[in-house]
Amino acid sequence: MLKELLNPDTAPHATNVLIGKLGDVLIRAVGKPFDMAINWGRIYSLWPVHLETACCSVEFGAASSPRYDVERFGIIEAFGSLRQCDLIVVMGTITRKMAPRLRMVYDQMPDPKYVIAMGACAITGGLYFDSYNVLPGIDGILPVDVYVPGCPPRPETLIQGCMLLQEKIKRMKAK
Amino acid sequence: MTTQLPPGMHLETVDDKIMTLNVGPQHPGSGHMRLIIKVDGDYIVSCDPDPGYVHRGEEKMAEYRNYIQNIPHLERPVIHDSSNILYPYCLGVEELLGIEVPERAKYIRVIAAELNRCVYILYWLAIYGIFLGHSTMFMWPAGDRELFIDLLEAMSGARVTHAYLVPGGVRNDLPSNFEERCLRQVAYFEKRLKEYEDIFYQNPLLKARTEGSGILSRTDAIRLGTTGSVLRASGVDFDVRKKEPYDVYENLDFQTVVMKEGDSYARSRIPYLEMFESCRIIKDALKKMPKSGSVRTKLKPNPKGGNDEVYRRVESGRGAIGYYIVSNNRPEPYRVKISVGSFRNLICMPYLLKGEKLGNMPAVYWGLNYWPVEADR
Amino acid sequence: MSSGTEKDEVKDTTEEHSANSDDTSRPDSMSKDEAIKFYETKGLDLSPDVPTKPKPIPEFEKSMADKISSKFGDAIHIDYIRSDRIRVTTKRENIVDVAKFIRDELRYDHAESVSGVDYPDSREIEVVYHLGSYTDEKLGRQIFALATRVPREDIPNPGSDTTRMPSLRDVFYSVEFHERECFEMFGVYFEGHPDMRRLLLPEDWADIPPFRKDFKIKGR
Repeated sequence: MLKELLNPDTAPHATNVLIGKLGDVLIRAVGKPFDMAINWGRIYSLWPVHLETACCSVEFGAASSPRYDVERFGIIEAFGSLRQCDLIVVMGTITRKMAPRLRMVYDQMPDPKYVIAMGACAITGGLYFDSYNVLPGIDGILPVDVYVPGCPPRPETLIQGCMLLQEKIKRMKAK
Repeated sequence: MTTQLPPGMHLETVDDKIMTLNVGPQHPGSGHMRLIIKVDGDYIVSCDPDPGYVHRGEEKMAEYRNYIQNIPHLERPVIHDSSNILYPYCLGVEELLGIEVPERAKYIRVIAAELNRCVYILYWLAIYGIFLGHSTMFMWPAGDRELFIDLLEAMSGARVTHAYLVPGGVRNDLPSNFEERCLRQVAYFEKRLKEYEDIFYQNPLLKARTEGSGILSRTDAIRLGTTGSVLRASGVDFDVRKKEPYDVYENLDFQTVVMKEGDSYARSRIPYLEMFESCRIIKDALKKMPKSGSVRTKLKPNPKGGNDEVYRRVESGRGAIGYYIVSNNRPEPYRVKISVGSFRNLICMPYLLKGEKLGNMPAVYWGLNYWPVEADR
Repeated sequence: MSSGTEKDEVKDTTEEHSANSDDTSRPDSMSKDEAIKFYETKGLDLSPDVPTKPKPIPEFEKSMADKISSKFGDAIHIDYIRSDRIRVTTKRENIVDVAKFIRDELRYDHAESVSGVDYPDSREIEVVYHLGSYTDEKLGRQIFALATRVPREDIPNPGSDTTRMPSLRDVFYSVEFHERECFEMFGVYFEGHPDMRRLLLPEDWADIPPFRKDFKIKGR
């Protein structure tokens, strides 16, 4: 390596390689703490899109009520526009009519974005496994991060799902 | 160049004055529902509701399950009012199979239905608060609702999806100290309800936004076939609990709440006043209930319905719910049709929003007591 | 030859399998008498059999039915008169006249539901209107079921085949959305309805109307 650097013919090329390698080392040395800092900033201000597809939304409402108060864990109640959100909680059944709209909502959200599938219907179709108009789970159209099972899940389960997502974000690579 | 469009489709012409707005299908607050609204400045010219985003084919699924297997999925359209949507189904199946319900079970059913009505109306009020930007009105009812949910959880074992009413009675008896607990909760709640009056209903902001908007006259309410709080806000005294009393409602002491204004304010106030009546019914039913006895008539395994049909209805939080069940000597029903209050009130939406200000749209929409999941079934 | 023996073997195993499943003690697979015995030994009460004694015909409902049958005679058929419920079947040509009579003379003023029922064996679809009244105090308990039958085609083409009937929207305004639902779920076209479009199903639905009996849901 050193010999190539000293050789005037190969020097420019070798310098580039050296800088590239140094950059890699730097990213590995400094990037990890930065990742943590960026992710730390993300995990306690998750803004969910309010996608009240079906009955599970009642329990989502209960989770932001005074008794459960999901806001104390850093998941803000859903009052914002979806263009400012980074979390989509799919609460319940996605029908064939809704599926293209769900994808449209997801595409409008800015990166990075996370998906929670809440309830048996969003995971597998649930009780409506044999219905003609219900998708058997949303993982065919969206990349799901956390599955929250239950029909409907209790608010505690939803809060645990959100905290699992926070754990997951902590270990993610910041983009 | 002209393009050939398929029959029934037309291109929208760009007009200077009229603008088309899509409200939904994803919007915070309610479930999925799209309103295609045309506005001229700030005023709504026409409105075309487009429901069906949660159409799950409950009625078709019911044809493939027997009378008992149908219980869990038929309560899913309104899980926060699940006792009331199962009530007519149970009444209908009992009439089909010729089952007598024990006296104690009838009272327990009424108590469960009224507790559930309170749970529903409180959730509805909470969302009404959000719709009008009144955050306190979200927090208070959502907190008080949990206390009723606790009672129902003690009764049935589940937070919202109780499946507590079954053909032939109720699934299990009340827990040991239920009566005392229920009376304490109702007494607390009646005190609490009076505070809602001060913070929400006497609020000048709410009055300014709702009074005089979306007026539905008595004749139109009857002609459009509305039901529930929308009908009673327009001055028609009709409540299935009074007119066609089912189970033990005729023995209980309560009144129907009727207002004459027919505007959004009256529609928002009727369910609130009905909660007082629900508290009265619960107290009265607890007093008159037989203290012991059987609570469920067991069905035969795989009961068959005979060649018959039945139409039964009850009053739910959103209006009358009717079940039309046709059977043909099989363990499964031949056809189940659910006529729900939300779907019947949907017809008001284009009618009321025409000529209304766009800013009044949320108050009118949620005042119709509309739950999209139920309307789509 | 070998294929035949294989088939026999397969058949044998299936028979064995079904025999095994019959032997299980689940109450579903028992005969009726056995199951009743099974439940009695467990100490569970069983509801009595469906009562066979006929109920008396209530007077008020009888008088309503008499009014309508004296007006239309053979054009209508009274299916049953029970307490609070009357059901009348009519031909689809007469349904608008009958509905107008029900609205003007019997004072029913709104429709609660419009349901279709598919009968593929008799190649007919039944449309049932459940009518109620808000204006008349006496009719608060009553539900009037007005039914009619329309022909049903095996290969439906909603909107342009013979499965059609006159709309009651001009008589009862409240049927507007109910008839739209009936159109998409059964393919019954209502003539004279101003807005016969899809309501609940997806825009790209290309299958037959889903509530018909020959539309099977998956796995059943």
